[in-house]
Amino acid sequence: MNIRLFGITKDIIGAESLQVPNDLSIHTVRDLKHWLYAKYPDIKSLKALAVAVDHGYAEDGDKLSPGNEIALIPPVSGG
Amino acid sequence: MIKLVKEIDLNEAYAALQHEEAGGISLFIGTVRNHTPGKSGVMQLDFEGYEPMALKEMEKIASEARNKWPIKQLVMIHALGEKKVGESVVLIGTSTAHRSDSFASCRFLIDELKNSVPIWKKEHFEDQTVWVNAHP
Repeated sequence: MNIRLFGITKDIIGAESLQVPNDLSIHTVRDLKHWLYAKYPDIKSLKALAVAVDHGYAEDGDKLSPGNEIALIPPVSGG
Repeated sequence: MIKLVKEIDLNEAYAALQHEEAGGISLFIGTVRNHTPGKSGVMQLDFEGYEPMALKEMEKIASEARNKWPIKQLVMIHALGEKKVGESVVLIGTSTAHRSDSFASCRFLIDELKNSVPIWKKEHFEDQTVWVNAHP
């Protein structure tokens, strides 16, 4: 599963995108967040972290599948 | 007119807001200021956007505004890339029959854009760079 990164999440993870191994049994947005918090503790210091699935904000219980476009959305600051 | 651009064209936006049933046009233009709370000396801002999602969120906000107010024309334009102090980064505009609706809808559009549209700004100071709003 490939995750697109934006804003400060690129700096924390140190890449433009993140490959999540398929054998980790990450099936939902919640699973993904827990895995990220453990692997990249600096993400926990952010004001918030949202996950987008197919260009829309996803809820923690939403399912993830390899066909989805998944992205990390740190706190936005446009305007 | 909803789009992401490198440079905001005020004349193009103004032309898109013209409507013969409109009695008023409100325009909000957000610009780069030279300071941030507690720190002066902002030299430059970089705007990054998740473009397809940003456009989708902007369309969603626009349609909410159209459900709330009788809007004749609507413009939401955000710039991406490097911006210097004084340059325009966002332009919101609505035209309506009466001014109260154009003021209110314009305010709603910029407030909602700042809440949910996936665009990020990085401030460059002489000695450091900071992603705005990232930390509590």
